[in-house]
Amino acid sequence: MTENELLAQLSLLFTDVIDEGDVNLTMDTVADDVEGWDSLTHIQIIVAVEKKFGIRFSLNEIQLFKNVGDFVRCVKGKLS
Amino acid sequence: MIPDFSRLKKNIKNKSECRFHFKMAVLADTATQLLCTAIEGYGVEERMNIDIYEGPYNQVEAELYNPNSGLYAFKPDYVLIFESHKKLLKAFYNTPLQDRDFFADNKFETVKNYYNIVTERLNAKFISFNFCEENDGVFGSAAAVYPASFLFQVRRLNFLLADYASKEKKFSIADMLSLQNNFGLDGITDEKIYISSSMAVSIDALPYVAKCITDPIKAGYGIIRKCLILDLDNTLWGGVIGDDGINNIQIGELGIGKAFSELQQWIKELKNKGIILCVASKNTESIAKEPFELHDDMVLKLDDISVFMANWDNKVKNIQRIQEILNIGFDSMVFLDDNPFERGIVKQYIPEITVPDLPEDPSLYLGYLKKLNLFENISYSDNDTERTKQYQQEAKRVTDHNFFDNEEDFLKSLGMECTVEPVTAFNMPRTSQLTLRSNQFNLRTVRYDEVALQDFAAKENNYIWNFSLKDKYGDHGLIAIVMLKKNDNVLFIHNWIMSCRVLKRGMENFTLNYLVEFGSSIGCKLITGEYIPTPKNGIVKDHYDHLGFQKIHDLWELSLPADPLETFIKKKI
Repeated sequence: MTENELLAQLSLLFTDVIDEGDVNLTMDTVADDVEGWDSLTHIQIIVAVEKKFGIRFSLNEIQLFKNVGDFVRCVKGKLS
Repeated sequence: MIPDFSRLKKNIKNKSECRFHFKMAVLADTATQLLCTAIEGYGVEERMNIDIYEGPYNQVEAELYNPNSGLYAFKPDYVLIFESHKKLLKAFYNTPLQDRDFFADNKFETVKNYYNIVTERLNAKFISFNFCEENDGVFGSAAAVYPASFLFQVRRLNFLLADYASKEKKFSIADMLSLQNNFGLDGITDEKIYISSSMAVSIDALPYVAKCITDPIKAGYGIIRKCLILDLDNTLWGGVIGDDGINNIQIGELGIGKAFSELQQWIKELKNKGIILCVASKNTESIAKEPFELHDDMVLKLDDISVFMANWDNKVKNIQRIQEILNIGFDSMVFLDDNPFERGIVKQYIPEITVPDLPEDPSLYLGYLKKLNLFENISYSDNDTERTKQYQQEAKRVTDHNFFDNEEDFLKSLGMECTVEPVTAFNMPRTSQLTLRSNQFNLRTVRYDEVALQDFAAKENNYIWNFSLKDKYGDHGLIAIVMLKKNDNVLFIHNWIMSCRVLKRGMENFTLNYLVEFGSSIGCKLITGEYIPTPKNGIVKDHYDHLGFQKIHDLWELSLPADPLETFIKKKI
């Protein structure tokens, strides 16, 4: 799966979890850019991504995500 | 069948009309934002509007002991205390070694204090979670029998809480421990989430936790399921009785039969606690009953079943009939069927009924059903056994029928009484309704609205008699009507209508006896009647023949006086 495909899928997933309107992610998006992406929704997003792709993040990985780009690359790494 | 957290969260934005409203305070030693969302969202799912107060993080005692806290200002109906096994373990480790044998007893005293404050000062009901049980590995396997281990103490604490709750009406337990049994400790708590955000419940477990809190409250409002309707082939036994025959269906200790036996045992237990069992099966009735009567390995017997519907009508119709007989809401019924198609149709036409999506593999049926917690009890009221009894009585009229060897004994046992009266302003609507709506037991199918009926009754030499039936189980109301025209000394039965609900009760004989008596009293020598066939009234084709009338040309005749026919219905004066 390409980074762009992942971005599109994650955008849909964010939109569903946050439930406050369409979310369009780019590799540079950070939490502050997205209305409703707070620490609580972040946990739900992590769990939803784990479920959707059948992967598990480690605590370290979650804490190191600085932007959506880190997130996407981490998912991509686990899928390949 | 249990919605996921994402749906619960969305529910809150779309609150629809609710049946109940109550206020719940949640006090916890871990982060509870998502738990509160789940409880509120699950409430919407069950049409309960739950107003939630979320106490500040890890301030259980401060909220309870300080009369100026937000908790007191909120005035809750329920106070939910959620202390997690994580924090309990931490407290245990902070307890001096020599005091650990008493850790559970001390904690129990603390919880009792919470309870006293909640019931006495806040006048609210108290719900406390019990605790996940964990062997922390420090004492190895010996932990189970070593009083100074965490495992030993947490088990003792859970028992103390349960024992206390069994005696205190306002103390109830949210059974986290059973959830742990179902999902495992790793399923209840996601360590990663616990460490990063102090939430002790995983997102996947949240709906189940919310359910275990709201189920007993819902039951307290009287919303409980009382009736289990069962399909037969491949649901209660393996195979198809009509094709395979009684010797080849799978039930008992061998192979897959065991799965069905265990399911039946569980269902029998439900029946013992007061759940009404019914059957809805597409089968020939006699064949469907055979295993119940003759198969040694059947746990369920015919007298466990209140209403047995085996015929070739669709299931929706049969469930509706069961509903009419029991007179309970569809929302208090559960329908069990292995066939997704049948389930789908029932769900579509009777949306209120609960229809579990049984797994394909019969060996998974029972485990799946147990997890759904379909048959919640009323934990906040004593009415349960009483209520159960009432519904059983309603179902009894049908069941009783099976106990009598012959029709006559059954009819005698009913203690039937019939009131005969002319048409009055009071019974006019029902009388007219019978003439307008009855299709089957209707000899001449002449229809009368209220005005026409009034005109008929007002004419000289016209008579209308209404018959109302009661038996020891209840009142059937106005169930038959006879319209008569007297011409000279001949009494013509202009129409004779009866509700099919009271077929086979001897009501026809009783009615004729009354007509004979009445005819004689007004000087008639002959009663005449006519049957006009319609596509629907075939069941009364031989009506007059059965009653001893002679057919003369198109009319049936009975000379007066005539001997009364046998009936077990008494005339009520």
